[in-house]
Amino acid sequence: MQSAYVEQLIRETEGASALAEAYEASTVFIGGGTPSILPTCQIPRILGKIREIFPLRKDAEITIEANPGTMDAEKLHAWREAGVNRLSIGLQSADNRELRLLGRIHTWEEFLDNFRLAREAGFRNINVDLMSALPEQTCGGWINTLEKVLELHPEHISAYSLIIEEGTPFYSRYEEHPELLPAEDADRRMYEDTRRILHEHGYERYEISNYARPGYECRHNLGYWSRTEYKGFGLGAASLLGRVRTANQSDLKEYLAGNYAGEREELSEQAVREEYFFLGLRKMEGVDPEPYRAHYRELLDRLQEQHLIEEKNGRICLTNRGIDVSNYVLAQFLDD
Amino acid sequence: MATVDQSKIRNFCIVAHIDHGKSTLADRIIEKTGLLTSREMQSQVLDNMDLERERGITIKAQAVRTIYRAKDGEEYIFNLIDTPGHVDFNYEVSRSLAACEGAVLVVDAAQGIEAQTLANVYLALDHDLEVMPVINKIDLPSAEPERVIEEIEDVIGIEAQDAPRISAKTGENVDEVLEQIIKKIPAPQGDPEAPLQALIFDSLYDSYKGVIIFCRVKEGTVRKGTPIRMMATGAEAEVVEVGYFGAGQFIPCDELSAGMVGYITGSIKNVKDTRVGDTVTDRSNPCAEPLPGYKKVQSMVYCGLYPADGAKYPDLRDALEKLQLNDAALQFEPETSAALGFGFRCGFLGLLHLEIIQERLEREYNLDLVTTAPGVIYRVHKTSGEMIELTNPSNLPDPSEIDYMEEPVVSAEIMVTTEFIGPIMELCQERRGVYLGMEYIEATRALLKYDLPLNEIIYDFFDALKSRSRGYASFDYEFKGYVQSNLVKLDILINKEEVDALSFIVHGDSAYERGRKMCEKLKEEIPRHLFEIPIQAAVGGKIIARETVKAMRKDVLAKCYGGDITRKRKLLEKQKEGKKRMRQIGNVEIPQKAFMSVLKLDDK
Repeated sequence: MQSAYVEQLIRETEGASALAEAYEASTVFIGGGTPSILPTCQIPRILGKIREIFPLRKDAEITIEANPGTMDAEKLHAWREAGVNRLSIGLQSADNRELRLLGRIHTWEEFLDNFRLAREAGFRNINVDLMSALPEQTCGGWINTLEKVLELHPEHISAYSLIIEEGTPFYSRYEEHPELLPAEDADRRMYEDTRRILHEHGYERYEISNYARPGYECRHNLGYWSRTEYKGFGLGAASLLGRVRTANQSDLKEYLAGNYAGEREELSEQAVREEYFFLGLRKMEGVDPEPYRAHYRELLDRLQEQHLIEEKNGRICLTNRGIDVSNYVLAQFLDD
Repeated sequence: MATVDQSKIRNFCIVAHIDHGKSTLADRIIEKTGLLTSREMQSQVLDNMDLERERGITIKAQAVRTIYRAKDGEEYIFNLIDTPGHVDFNYEVSRSLAACEGAVLVVDAAQGIEAQTLANVYLALDHDLEVMPVINKIDLPSAEPERVIEEIEDVIGIEAQDAPRISAKTGENVDEVLEQIIKKIPAPQGDPEAPLQALIFDSLYDSYKGVIIFCRVKEGTVRKGTPIRMMATGAEAEVVEVGYFGAGQFIPCDELSAGMVGYITGSIKNVKDTRVGDTVTDRSNPCAEPLPGYKKVQSMVYCGLYPADGAKYPDLRDALEKLQLNDAALQFEPETSAALGFGFRCGFLGLLHLEIIQERLEREYNLDLVTTAPGVIYRVHKTSGEMIELTNPSNLPDPSEIDYMEEPVVSAEIMVTTEFIGPIMELCQERRGVYLGMEYIEATRALLKYDLPLNEIIYDFFDALKSRSRGYASFDYEFKGYVQSNLVKLDILINKEEVDALSFIVHGDSAYERGRKMCEKLKEEIPRHLFEIPIQAAVGGKIIARETVKAMRKDVLAKCYGGDITRKRKLLEKQKEGKKRMRQIGNVEIPQKAFMSVLKLDDK
């Protein structure tokens, strides 16, 4: 099944050769799911195909997502050799009990081992994914996770405050027992602790959930929030090309049969304007309001009065309070 | 058409407690007398409106004429008048009864006499009707026809040994009912040559014919061209058409003479001119006296109706006007609320009437409504000596100008099995009832008599009664009068702002309890905002209860990458859409349904 999937992925990539003529790629991101479980040879094959089809910039950022326990020295070396220069590890927590409650199969020790191997293989740009506000997590427990990870000096940390989405098994479990989850106040304290502690260690928050040492911001993800064009390959992969957002087929059988295309949406001028704000404001540097200042004048004034946004150096950005209730703020930019 | 022989006419109605099978029996009678084949029968022919069929209740009086070929070989005309079965429409019922000579009393063979059975029987006896009992639902395993017959004889005091034991559902023994109607119910009397005297028992508006008057001719004759006058309203018209009622259709005929039931049209534009209970006469040869018993129907319950979407205000007005064409009891006048904008203060006969109108507006006119707490008419006696009838709590004068207030009280009769007497008495006590007495109907059942303030029973009394008696209690009431009472206006403040549409009048002793519950309920209904929202209940400026909706602390989507953007947009759109269905009070957004909270205070 895995190899059949990679075959289709490669075939889909080949099909984009015409598109590739008009672009030079500055980042590549191999992620979504756990690509690290693929056998050693597959990632170099995929990347080789991408290089063959798309012109890649010399300094391109090439990231792979990996879960602890799925990597070994051989794989890590093969990835490095194939040109992968950024590794994103989904650790989530340094506490094995919290990991179990999250349904993760790895341990902190496995992560430590993998992290060391990655450094040995030459990875100089590593991200660690963490999650706060986990079930039964205390503020102290969260700080402990942060400090243990900081000892390893990763270049980048993504720290997500757990959001339980409707329709997941988590949702049904904790809907009945909300007391098992940290209260909102504790959640926000953890979020503020994160910013403070990471700042003290030389990491700056550059997006709602992302922190980096200077120069290590993820260029690929920044592209999503700045509405840079991107082309996705694989099951359910999303793309933005010009004004068109598309998503690939998410039915594996169909995908394996070579039917890649899924939904397609052509963005109106209004939709582009709205995205500009609801994506751009996720970045701490915010957005330049000039192109749409006239349109949103009243809203911008109101949100500033409410101390949810502020204007600094000609850019609009969320305040700390604005981040806490960012869904409210961002929803305001949608017009009727 | 030959002159109709009065001795071959039977005018009757069917009375019963709700669910005892009145409409089913009516259907069987219509079917058996050959007016419709059973294939043509839609279940319950007489209930025209979808709502009536769904709820199994009759809202408007209906009439139908059928021909019955009796065992004696003669043909008889049956005029069956179906009456509304709810206390809200008591007056309409009494007028329908006045149009008949007899009443078929349907009693459920399993349940026996209930509160409405008694109320209806007394009403029929008051009108000197011949009451003919019928025991229905004998097909039920729990049926005890003999016991029920004894009960009828003991409690009501009418002969019931030969009452037909029937199943209206299966049709069993319905023939016996038809034969007894001929034998027991008297033929009408009256002189076709006398001056015209016809009783209006209902009317409806038809866009082609104008108002169609449903009437019973007591004396004289009416035909096309008769110049008529409604004696109470003074409205006049020239008769365009007279006729009788087929099943679901109007069948014109030459004349209606004394003893007949039928309809009259005369290009009348408004049902307000043809009030139920009024007398129609011939103005060229008027009768000396109107028929007795006319009264103008009074609204008992008031509430504010507002369009959820302010732009629909003209639509709501049009819809109310249309409904009023057919429903003289519906009253409305424009009002403005700071919280809800433009709407109408509407008057209804009772809570069922209110619910029916509300549902019809929503269904038939596709309107989304916000309803404020229903209230009754309070009499406010001012120190100046002036008395005002208060229908909207917001209009209550300053307490310093009020000498005293009065509230309407009803006499209620509650039929209950003895094991539930305690809980029901407790309920009546809680609702400020004044105990008048108790009668044992039989060893296991009693009739409790209470005077109850109307405002204590308009919301949920019926539900409370049912739940505290496991469904065994039945209830009937009639308006008694006004009594002086310690009443206060309970105001609700949201984020320190008084919300006029949430104010209501309450007895001083229950103000704290109601205020507390109201705050609790509103706390559940109002979503969290970016700031903390105090919800307070106040009487005369003094805060008596408080709850707080805590400020929103976290509303953030932690992850938003390339594949999440479309979904993220939908999430934000949903969030924004939800806000649109809310009312803005100051800077607080309140969901529409919060305004109905007061109706659900006793939910738990």
